[in-house]
Amino acid sequence: MTSTTFDSDLLLIFMLAAFLGYQLIKRVSSLLHSPLMSLTNAIAAVAVVGAITILGEANATPLAKVLGFIAVTAATVNLVSGFLITDRMLKMFKKGPRS
Amino acid sequence: MNHLHVQAAYIISAACFILSLMWMSHPSTARRGVLVGELGMLLAIVGTLMLKEVVSYELIAAALLLGSAIGVPMAYLMPMTAIPQRTALSHAFGALAVALIGVVEFGKLAHAGAGFSFVSGALVFEMLLGLLTCTASLVAFAKLQELMPTRPILFKGQTLLNLAVFLAAVGLAATLAMHPQGGLWLAAFIVLAALFGILLVTPIGGADMPTVIALLNAYAGLAASAMGFALGNQLLIITGALDGASGFILALIMCKAMNRSFANVMFGGFGQVAAIGAQGGEARHVRAFSVEEAAMHLEHANSVVIVPGYGMAVAQAQHKVSELYQALLTKSVDVRFAIHPVAGRMPGHMNVLLAEANVPYELLVEMDEINGDLPNTDVALVIGANDVVNPAARDDPASAIAGMPIIEVDRARSVMVIKRSMNPGFAGIENELYHLDKTHMLFGDAKAFVAGMVKEITGGSPG
Repeated sequence: MTSTTFDSDLLLIFMLAAFLGYQLIKRVSSLLHSPLMSLTNAIAAVAVVGAITILGEANATPLAKVLGFIAVTAATVNLVSGFLITDRMLKMFKKGPRS
Repeated sequence: MNHLHVQAAYIISAACFILSLMWMSHPSTARRGVLVGELGMLLAIVGTLMLKEVVSYELIAAALLLGSAIGVPMAYLMPMTAIPQRTALSHAFGALAVALIGVVEFGKLAHAGAGFSFVSGALVFEMLLGLLTCTASLVAFAKLQELMPTRPILFKGQTLLNLAVFLAAVGLAATLAMHPQGGLWLAAFIVLAALFGILLVTPIGGADMPTVIALLNAYAGLAASAMGFALGNQLLIITGALDGASGFILALIMCKAMNRSFANVMFGGFGQVAAIGAQGGEARHVRAFSVEEAAMHLEHANSVVIVPGYGMAVAQAQHKVSELYQALLTKSVDVRFAIHPVAGRMPGHMNVLLAEANVPYELLVEMDEINGDLPNTDVALVIGANDVVNPAARDDPASAIAGMPIIEVDRARSVMVIKRSMNPGFAGIENELYHLDKTHMLFGDAKAFVAGMVKEITGGSPG
């Protein structure tokens, strides 16, 4: 999966995603900035896929297994608590009786 | 070739994350955004488990279960007042995961005896950002949890020390990128990068935490992106970029709301400088209202704007404030809440607290929107806010907070400020607002005072 040569496509993807992110986040109401932060945090925990690859490899060294185990656990804590707490916060945002 | 499923899963997963952020823009669609984000995450994990390189599942299952066992109670038991701390802690966890993955991948590279490559560069960058974000977030957590003083901690030669540590870490990073190797060099690099994270946040005061948390969010995202580059994983690059963009935008908004630059927040040691300015203040006359007078004043108003600040969170007064809003609603008083972008300890902090206390979200109004209405407002009630309503920011170019946009409560017909005493607040800046003819101080604990007013208003009504 890893290649040692430079791949400019990856930089292009990064640039496009950064611009897209800018446009998307700019439109988020300041009302929701706290849940936004916990949501992006949960989404960024997709780094767990890198940790899973390390932990599941056939020839992983014991040290790699220990570090991989900690990484999977830490990322899982983030993604589980991140999504759940975002939803818990959003549930509290209610419209008033007047409208 | 099972990689085709994996590619498909990753592409759909990326689409889910983008939709998730898109739906986050408004409260009416935001919960759908969370759901689609969860779907994207599930696809990414299942896709990865199908990779043919992944052969042993026992440890993965154990780690996933352990992580969930910690994460679920954390999400449900965490009080809403602790949201800033939790956010700092989750940045630390995320960055730790990214940094550890970087260390393992780098170890493999060193073991294979590889020379400089794009991958070794990306991995070193990933470790540097991951490690410093992890320790910096832990310090931010300790400050928010008040395990250490929230005041900026400054000492002689601090900038010089920080610079030296940073340069040493970057120097080691460059060496490691050129000649990937484990052992002492790697260990020294890890220690220095972690140390730099600690030094970075130690001099930053509690009032600047919203910016710092947002900035750390951006770093965590960039580190995840770097990992994507190292592993050639586009999904990681995209999500890292989205997370990074989010953090940077929030940090920019926070800086703009304080009229300060990134550099000033990171190296300014704010709060220390301002405290000197407060020394000259002699005892000046202020007017005060009792609970009964304040309640009567509110009851007879047509329109009230409540300005909450960090003090409301500290006093845990949000539920009583909501009761006050309910009580005034029955007296047909028009009540709204003015939210300054940097009120509290993280972006959106006040909104979450008031939403939890059942205040409808349409009543939570942004600073720019409320300022035009304040001259026609009968009473502006300030609860635990100080600098964000200080007219000196607008009128006094010499003030430490000059140029910071404020909620202009001094333009309202009358002002009431709940405050413990006349001691200068966190930033220690003298506030002219308290000495205006139209201002009355309500001395006491915010929670107790608001509760007293609620009792007066509801109990004092005939029928």
